[in-house]
Formats: sequence, C-alpha cells, structure tokens
Amino acid sequence: SSWWSEVQMGPPDPILGVSEAYKRDTNPKKMNLGVGAYRDDQGKPYVLSCVRKAEAQIAAKKLDKEYLAIGGLGDFTKACAKLALGDNNEVIKSGRNITVQTISGTGSLRIGANFLSRFHTEARDVYLPKPSWGNHTPIFRDAGMQLKAYTYYDPKTCGFDFQGALNDISKIPEKSIIMLHACAHNPTGVDPRPEQWKEIANLVKKRNLLVFFDMAYQGFASGDIDRDAWAVRYFIEQGHNIVLSQSFAKNMGLYGERVGGFTVVCKDAEEAKRVESQLKILIRPIYSNPPMNGARIAATILNTPDLYKEWLGEVHGMANRIITMRELLVANLKKEGSTQNWQHVIDQIGMFCFTGLKPEQVARLTKEFSVYMTKDGRISMAGVTSGNVGYLAQGIHAVTK
Amino acid sequence: MPASRHFCQKVPQATPVAVFKLSNDFKEDPNPMKVNLGVGAYRTDEGQPWVLPVVKKVEKLIVADNRLNHEYLPILGLPEFRSSASKIALGEDSPAIQENRVGAVQCLGGTGALKMGAEFLRRWYNGNDNMKTPVYVSAPTWENHNSVFANAGFEDVRPYKYWDAEKRGLDLAGFLGDLETAPKHSIFVLHACAHNPTGTDPTHMEWTQVAEVMKRRKLFVFFDSAYQGFASGCLDKDAWAVRYFVTQGFEMFCAQSFSKNFGLYNERVGNLTIVARDADNVRRVLSQMEKIVRVTWSNPPSQGARLVAITLNTAELFAEWKDNVKTMADRVLLMRASLQAKLQALGTPGTWDHITQQIGMFSFTGLNPKQVEYMIKERSIYLMASGRINMCGLTTKNIDYVAKSIHETVVNVQ
Repeated sequence: SSWWSEVQMGPPDPILGVSEAYKRDTNPKKMNLGVGAYRDDQGKPYVLSCVRKAEAQIAAKKLDKEYLAIGGLGDFTKACAKLALGDNNEVIKSGRNITVQTISGTGSLRIGANFLSRFHTEARDVYLPKPSWGNHTPIFRDAGMQLKAYTYYDPKTCGFDFQGALNDISKIPEKSIIMLHACAHNPTGVDPRPEQWKEIANLVKKRNLLVFFDMAYQGFASGDIDRDAWAVRYFIEQGHNIVLSQSFAKNMGLYGERVGGFTVVCKDAEEAKRVESQLKILIRPIYSNPPMNGARIAATILNTPDLYKEWLGEVHGMANRIITMRELLVANLKKEGSTQNWQHVIDQIGMFCFTGLKPEQVARLTKEFSVYMTKDGRISMAGVTSGNVGYLAQGIHAVTK
Repeated sequence: MPASRHFCQKVPQATPVAVFKLSNDFKEDPNPMKVNLGVGAYRTDEGQPWVLPVVKKVEKLIVADNRLNHEYLPILGLPEFRSSASKIALGEDSPAIQENRVGAVQCLGGTGALKMGAEFLRRWYNGNDNMKTPVYVSAPTWENHNSVFANAGFEDVRPYKYWDAEKRGLDLAGFLGDLETAPKHSIFVLHACAHNPTGTDPTHMEWTQVAEVMKRRKLFVFFDSAYQGFASGCLDKDAWAVRYFVTQGFEMFCAQSFSKNFGLYNERVGNLTIVARDADNVRRVLSQMEKIVRVTWSNPPSQGARLVAITLNTAELFAEWKDNVKTMADRVLLMRASLQAKLQALGTPGTWDHITQQIGMFSFTGLNPKQVEYMIKERSIYLMASGRINMCGLTTKNIDYVAKSIHETVVNVQ
C-alpha cells in the first residue's frame, strides 16, 4: 500500500496542458495557439537580439553567484519600477513604492495574493474581470482569498462591455480588491479606451476599492511602452495606491528565466519600508531569494541606453507582426468566403484574440485541423505566421460556416 | 481615502532574518580584521566566492549555443535535470529508479523543494488537507524549516531532540525517544548529511536505528539534502542515509539543493525527489504537484537547471564537477583540522574535538550567546547567536586571529 493511494490524478492545466497535447500530435500541419509565447514568422521562438547582447556583456563581467537579497537584484527592481511608472514618477522620487523581484508574473501575483491575504483583512474578495487569465482564480484561491467577477467582455460585440463593467463595479463592496489588466487583456485582447479608464478610475475611487494591476504585456499591446502603461500611471496620478504585478516573460522573451516584479505603492517611504519587511517574510519560506540570470539580463537591457533603445525597437517589431497577422487572418477568412463579422480580430490588442468560437467549435478545430487553443476560444496570435494563417482561416471557416 | 492607504498603514515592521542582518552588520564594520563566519556560502582561501571552473565552462557552452532559447520549461521543470538530479541523490543503480518509482519536481533551490513537498503533504498526506499532522524538525535546525512548513499550513511544527549541548554531539536516545512517542504518521525532516547548524550527523548504525523506528511507527521521511558532496567530498558517501532508507522500502521525499555543491546559489537550482510504491503512484503525485507549482511560480527558471543537467550528463564535465566539489570539501576539512590544532596548542579550556568530528560547512562551536556577542563586538568576528560558524569563512590568513579570539573569549567570558 502507498501513502498516496487516495491521491487523485489531477486534470491537465487548461492553458499549459494545451501545449502538452500539441506536442503529442503527429499532424505536420498542427498549430499551437495555446500558450502566449511569441513566435517569429517562421514559427520559431525568438530570442531578442538585445537579450543576446546583454548575455554576452554579462558573461564578460565574470560575476559571482552569491545569493541575491530576498527582494532581488536592486538594479533590476529599480528599473522595473521606472519602466512601469515612468522615469520621473513622483512615487519613485519620494521612495514610496516597494518593488521586489518575483518569479515572473505568476510569482508576483502569488506574493501579492499572499500579502493581501495576510494584511488586507478588511475584505477577502478579489474581483476579476469576466473573463480573466485562467490562472488568476487558482492563485488567489490558494492564497485564501475569495473570487468574484465584474462584467467585462461583451460576447455580442466581442468588445468591451463598458456599461456592464461600470454597473458591476458600482456594486462592489467598499475596500474589496479589484483586478485590472493594465493592457492587452488576457484572454480577450479587449482594452478600455483612455476616456473609459478615466471613468473606471473615478468609480473605483468612489467605491474605495484596492486596485491590483496585472501588467504582463507592457510594450506588447500597442508597441509603445509608455502608452501601454498609461492606465497604471493614470490611476496613481489620481491618488490610487495600487499594487502591481509585472512580467518580462513576453516583452523581453525571457519566459523560462522567470523575471517579474511586484510593487506596492504606499503612503510614504516609511510605510514602504514596513511593507518591504513583510514581503520578505512572505518570500523567504517559498524560495528564499529569486533567480539571478533573467533579472540580470533585464537590468542590463533597461539600464544600458543602446540596449534599451534596441529593445524598444524589438518589442515594437513583435507587436507589429501580431497586428499584421490579425489583418492577414481576417483577409484570409474573407477569402475563404466567411460571412461572419471578424472585425474584433483586428480591434483586439496584444498577443491574444478572443475569436468568439464556442467550445464545440474549438473542439472541432483541434480534432479536425490539429489547431490547439484554449476552450474559451482564445488564440495566441503570436503563434500565427504568414505560412500558416491560410490554414488557420480554412479551419476557422470550416467550423463556423 | 483610497483603500490601500488604509490597509498598509497597519502593516507592522517585521524583524529581519537573523543571518542576513549578521551579513549586513559585517559589511558595515570598519575593522580591517573582521571575519564573517555567518552566511552559509563557500569561500576560497582568499575569502572570495568561488564560481566552479566547470560552471564557467558550461556557461560558455550555453551562451555560445544558438539553438538554446529562453522558452518556458515544463511545469515540473527540465526533464534531463530532474532525472539526473534524482540519480545523484539515489545512485545510478538505485532499485527505486530501476523499478520506475521515482519522480521529481525541479524547484527554486532547496527552499523551493521543501516548500513543494510541504504543500503537497499538507494537501494529500494523512487525510486531505490535514494541517494538524505534526511536523518534526531537529533541535536545532535551519531556521527556515519552521517557516516553510508553517506557511504551507501545518499548525503543529515541533522539535525533535537532536543536539546534546553538554556532550557536544548527537542526542541519540532523545532522538529515538521522540520518534517512539511521535503521533503516528508524523512527518520528520531529516538532514541527509552535514547537519545544519550542528555539523553532527548520525553514524550509519545510528541511522539504521532511526529507520527502524520510523518504519515501525509509520512516520514520514522527508530528507533535506543541501550538502551532498560537500560533507565528505564524496557524493556517494554523503548520500548513504538517503539510499539506506530507500533500501528499507520507505516512500519518501528528498529536497535537494545544488546551491552549495554547484556553487549556483543565486540561480535557485533545486529538486524534489519523490520515491513512491510504484509508477502509478508517482504519476498521480506528480500531477498534483503540477497544480501546486502552477499557483506558486508556474514553471521553474531554466538557466541553473540547464547548467546542472549538461554537467551531470556529460562524462568529462561530471568528473570535473566531482573534482571541484572535492576541492571545496577538502579546504573545509583543512580548516577544521587547523582550527582544532590551534585551539589545542593554545590550551583553550574545554574540548575541541567536535570541530574535526563535525562535518560539512558548519560547526557548532559551543560558544554561548554572551561569548558570541563578545566575539562580534570586541573582535569583529561574526557568527550566529547559536555559536554556529561557517568553516568556509576561515582562511589560512585569518585562522590565527580567529583561534586566538575564541581562546580569549572562552577564557574571559562565561
């Protein structure tokens, strides 16, 4: 007999499990549109040139491998905060933010969830947009928080249900936590416009809610770093002391190096010090201190002017390729003879497209065409190339005509 | 007033983690004679960190290889790393490996491996979500053991007798006694070798006695193996206890760290090795481990694991690594012998054999808190309040100063 006789087989991960299924498929035309990992137009992973340069620079320095501080590499965390908030942000100048290095976006959200669970005793409820990234719910739940939702996506328009969102947000109990995707909403690709963000910010302030921004795609949405961070900066300007998760998985292509940041905007530097001390207490029993490699690469890029410039260009390039693929997909669908309205494919922003496909259609697309995507109809545009967009259009048309 | 201004106002200042505060204080000390015998990291005889030559070599290979990228690893980590890391702990010819009943999870350092194991046990061991299962950690132990298990939800983390301060050795009777009286199914965190902080390991015979009680009383074996290779200089010797328990048929966890033996501290390279009854149990356990990983860090960092996997799976690199490990272990053994000899020569009151009998990076000197304070304040020699010193902080250049200081402290401070 075994200690583990009663341990059930866990179901495959809804997102990462898609890649595993894709790997097992032998169809030469198969497409992996599951996980949000950027591919070049040959369908290959893309290691940014600025990353390779940074790596070479780092190798030449012959650094040691001593433990980082619990909160991570200082050069990285400072640059990470500046990237999100802007170089001259008053928050950074007054030292009233604490930014710690985390295990990419997931690790950042988890630390944030743990921090709120322990200290934000006023309310246990986290309000996610409907829908949200699949892993948000299990993360917060595991941290002991309760999950609720506010209207966000309008399936009729495949766009933002602004009024629906405002209605729901206006009913959220005071002091609850509201999760906002800073840009390139995952999975829908639907972002509020600036005027809409302004109204949301106002309403959130009226309702006295704690804002948790998840920014995993800065640079990837519009191709412009500052534009993509606009909402985050606006909320702070309006007096919201937000908490913020950042990921460098996509915008620097550092996926497997696990580079991220968690920021708490505090009242003042003294509060920030107290919060920092508690974040360290939360981090230490999970993994002691974070991994160096990716943070060192990111810091080098962010802090070296020509590498930084090159990076901005490469992010812009990645975002542009995705925009082009969106246009090509719609053009090809029209060519196939589809009479559906595919405008949302072009209007949505960032890595993902919420196609509007229903679960049965998704299942057919996977079974008959070996196109792998998540059940909610989300496809990663980053996995689309000029070589396979025609095939994809064929498949989508076949299951929707 | 925005909600967050309100809740952060009440967040209290936490006390700093002792070992890091010690390092900070050392940094700020202007005394040119200062010695840092605090943090557990290897130092050369020049008092410098040491990036293993084999690590430098493999890093160059990685940077030069354009086929490599930064894609996500699978949730459970790099397969070549996981299997080769488990082989290191269990042995190439381990019956458990041959019987296909070993699984592994790549984790963020030894801490991460302990964390994953703890989270799994809290959910799935001794009933579902049973937070009342007692978790026993040695008295004393690495301080973070308590936090890891408490934070994973275990409500009852308790000490088992281990260190006998009077005789400066293992309290075997106390240890066995606690094993005999522990509630059935209690979890015991065992140090595979080079016990931190005492440097005192059970002998083979003593391990067999521990195993006998644990088997009979159905206690859970959770090994913490952070120093394999570092203790004796020989990987197999240092894994004796872990492998013995496998031959005794235990289902167990072994949290492995490659921070020290590969010198990869900041790359966070760890592995949770799982030995179960059969392959089907392993499969189900791993599927649930994936769920826990996914809500903690999604998937582990690739650089360090890649480095270790390449090294372990390439014959010449593997040999070179073992050699590098022996270099580190030998220097530590030399410092032990040297310190003991000097204290003996000085006629320092007390017995100092424990310095050479203890093994690994640390030595429990037996200095009491007052004596430790004296060492720090009067001699700028930084060590933990427990009297623990990191042997790696000793060099041929500072060992005389340290020996004389210990002598002076023991003579003047009681």
